[in-house]
Amino acid sequence: MTLDYVANDGLCADEYSDSCGCGGSCADGCADGCADGCADGCGCTEAPGAGPETAPDDCGLAPVSLKAAPSTSGGKPGKAPRPKRPDFVSTTNACKLCTPLGAMLAFRGVEGAVPFLHGSQGCATYMRRYVISHYREPMDIASSSLGEKQAVYGGGPNLKKGILNVMKKYDPVLVGVATTCLTETIGDDVGGYLREFRNEFGDLDLPDIVHVHTPSYNGTHMEGWNAAVRALVDQLAKDKVEPHGKVALLPGFVSPADLRHLRDLVTDFGSDAVILPDLSDPLDGPALEDYTPLPEGGTPLADIRALSGAAAVIECGCSLAMTPVGSTGPATAGRVLHERFGLPLHAVGLPIGLRETDALVAALEAITGKPLPRRHELERGRFVDALVDGHKYVSGKRAVVYGEADLVIGLVSLLTEIGVHTVLAATGTRGAHLAESIAAVTEGLLPAMPTVIEGADFEEIADTAEGLSPDLLVGNSKGYRYARQWNIPLVRAGFPIHDRFGGHRLLHVGYAGAQALMDRVVNAVIEKTQSDSPVGYCYL
Amino acid sequence: MTTATAPNVTATAECRDADLLDERKKQVHRAGQGPIDMACNRESLAGAVSQRACVFCGSRVVLYPIADALHLVHGPIGCAAYTWDIRGALSSGPELHRLSFSTDLQEKDVIFGGEKKLAAALDELIDLHQPKAAFVYSTCIVGLIGDDLGAVCRKMSEKKGIPVIPVQSEGFKGNKREGYLAACKAMFQLVGTAPTDDVSPLSVNILGDFNLAGEIWIVRGYLERMGIQVVANITGDGRVDDIRRCHGAALNLVQCSGSTMDLAKMMKEKYGTPHLRVSYLGIEDMADSLYAVAEHFESVDPGIVERTRDLVRDELAALMPRLRDIRRDLTGKRAAIYVGGSFKAFSLIKAFRHIGMNVVLVGSQTGTQEEYQELETVCDPGTVIIDDANPLELSHYVRELDVDVFVGGVKERPIAHKLGVGFCDHNHERKIALAGFEGMYNFAREVHASVMSPVWRFVPRRARRATVPAGADA
Repeated sequence: MTLDYVANDGLCADEYSDSCGCGGSCADGCADGCADGCADGCGCTEAPGAGPETAPDDCGLAPVSLKAAPSTSGGKPGKAPRPKRPDFVSTTNACKLCTPLGAMLAFRGVEGAVPFLHGSQGCATYMRRYVISHYREPMDIASSSLGEKQAVYGGGPNLKKGILNVMKKYDPVLVGVATTCLTETIGDDVGGYLREFRNEFGDLDLPDIVHVHTPSYNGTHMEGWNAAVRALVDQLAKDKVEPHGKVALLPGFVSPADLRHLRDLVTDFGSDAVILPDLSDPLDGPALEDYTPLPEGGTPLADIRALSGAAAVIECGCSLAMTPVGSTGPATAGRVLHERFGLPLHAVGLPIGLRETDALVAALEAITGKPLPRRHELERGRFVDALVDGHKYVSGKRAVVYGEADLVIGLVSLLTEIGVHTVLAATGTRGAHLAESIAAVTEGLLPAMPTVIEGADFEEIADTAEGLSPDLLVGNSKGYRYARQWNIPLVRAGFPIHDRFGGHRLLHVGYAGAQALMDRVVNAVIEKTQSDSPVGYCYL
Repeated sequence: MTTATAPNVTATAECRDADLLDERKKQVHRAGQGPIDMACNRESLAGAVSQRACVFCGSRVVLYPIADALHLVHGPIGCAAYTWDIRGALSSGPELHRLSFSTDLQEKDVIFGGEKKLAAALDELIDLHQPKAAFVYSTCIVGLIGDDLGAVCRKMSEKKGIPVIPVQSEGFKGNKREGYLAACKAMFQLVGTAPTDDVSPLSVNILGDFNLAGEIWIVRGYLERMGIQVVANITGDGRVDDIRRCHGAALNLVQCSGSTMDLAKMMKEKYGTPHLRVSYLGIEDMADSLYAVAEHFESVDPGIVERTRDLVRDELAALMPRLRDIRRDLTGKRAAIYVGGSFKAFSLIKAFRHIGMNVVLVGSQTGTQEEYQELETVCDPGTVIIDDANPLELSHYVRELDVDVFVGGVKERPIAHKLGVGFCDHNHERKIALAGFEGMYNFAREVHASVMSPVWRFVPRRARRATVPAGADA
């Protein structure tokens, strides 16, 4: 779906700014299964409805019943039925990560930047380990390493000292500072400390310093990512520059392979893209002769400063487009550029699947005045051809999709196009207006609206899924436990992928990404059929 | 800390070569070059990108493998999310430890306090999972908002009839070592609360093994062959009831001394339980550990020494021929070691010698002055010893010392790989058992598999040597 912020006649932010009042009033969007997530504080606590999908579906294929894992496989996860958890206040197996992690990733996508956490040492180390396990690349995150004394007297001196040490060892052009729950709770005035720092050390050749508030008790890694991208634009793109005609592309949290594909797409339109942030090289770089303190690549600082000269902004992410106006100005990086410099803003979803990619392409056609380049037209054509060739394998299969809201929307859109019925779509985020977006991308193509849960943890996803007889899971590695328990395939997508090689090279976006995802979904279904078959056909 | 400027430390012989931050120079030493005086066990330097974690991490890694306990992280979601099922600590029964429980504190909890949410979380989770005990981990924020963890835990303990134990692991209150201590204090609350009737006079507790890839089962196998009863695994494949009666054991075997030595000391003081420092990594250390145990029990069971000798002989007879081919390939290659606690490094240095390799760089996150002094005595001259290193320092020495394989954890892997250097995971995430005699073979095979791979011929740093036959560059 396209949310054209310029035209402002669709699902613009203001219409949704009063958030989900729920109590049933969001029924249009939530349809059958708003569940208890809806939005923050919606007070709607009733257990998720079983949804209409529990009845045999209309495509004539009986849903595959859930099976326990065979006892020969070690059998541990499947050995006992998982008990149900009505209205739990605790979280079990979170389907989200903490806010500063997203900010650290976003800052890593700026050329010559050092991501810097203002907090205790452990946060930086945990996040590094988590990120490294996915990307298999160095991910240095500096920390102000606050101890007990600083927690009492304030973290200012450590913050300043930390930045000085980072300057000595990394010589960065940018330090991206994010707060943590520790420094937010002790009330550190990071903005004030940084002003002091610039005054005290004004004689040094200081890097730019961008800072963002990311208390981990507020939001998820996606809020952290979005806040960091917004902070980069807000704090760096201050002056109006001469138009340079490039396309400002705010891609959202996608893989290095996705980012390369998006750059190629814009290039093939005969235009240059400023992609912010651009993790493609920093987190998927070549083998090196010599270790470099800072990885090559990322969005050049000069390009961020000169964003005002772009021809237009494309901001990917349906949930982002629905973010209500904040108290401190425009809520997203794209809106900052739109409101500050009057740049046309094209708000689209993550370009996953045919229609969402069409929406991105339509924006690029509008910006460049050129038609879809032949290469991509052919990719689109081949994908449609593949839809036809592959449809029988997956038609009516039932999927559970989870992860970041925008990724889930894209994946559900794609699955719907290939004939897979999403029966449950879940995200750990709250207030993402997931149900409205899912309704939009499935409208007219699914027999029933999927159950949608916001603020979900994996146990809630599993509780709900068990009544829905899914054939496959689609999402990150962290759902593996359940795929194993139910003996159904997990098609890996998004972040993190800790149990496969090359997760960061997965392509999700564009027509080529749609093709790649479809191939993987279809093959997962075929592989399951094949391995379950007593015959063992090698010609399927 | 009142100033943000770094004090100048005069460059000393041991540090002149690396481009180190002044304050880091006292944490790097070259073996054989002057007296070793490491400024270790201090707070990580701000901005230095330490590989260290926090107090919470220390507590979490130690207690995590207790499989029938509920491990509830009281704090925002990150601390629980990043520690969900990350260690390969196996259980032979319940697997409650593999779930990630959090109170997932939100802004309103931070403002109004998290005690109610914590009590509700414990209430529902204990009812649902019926654990034998619950550990409640304090995180940074809990230490700041002043939740009375002790009071909530006491109340829940009374209500549910199981031990509900607070773990004082606020992240910022030190480093991993303080976390180990907090974990030991938490476990010590369990010790001595169950009868010890059926405990043999020939009995031990295994402390400081976390049953990664089933390692504690290997060690238990040896001990059982020697005729020794293992009362409690602390904590790999651990059980609450075993820990409750572990004071009945005649001896504590303490590996990974940093993490559980505190518990051994507490047990010594209160119950008089003696302890032995052991290591199950490598040939000598494994054998020496078993012999030390045998000697300890010789007065009770004179036959035990003979049984142990037979065991070691049998194991070595099986192992040594298998190591021979590996050693031939690896002789003269260079290794770097960077581990959490320095004690493991001793065993690794010896293990590398068995496969013909030289350790040229060795470091740890949390070694002590005494451990580093002892470490120097087993290192070859010129070996770089480093405390609380960071990626830039590690990459510097890996390059300078022309390392062939790096032994470390996930955070060190990309440093090695980026530079075209082999890697062996010797951290919590490993899925291959490296303890015991069979673990020595696995270790050798792991190192061999990495070092002897053809891929190094194609990485830029080594591509120029591609024409030189394998091994000739050593």
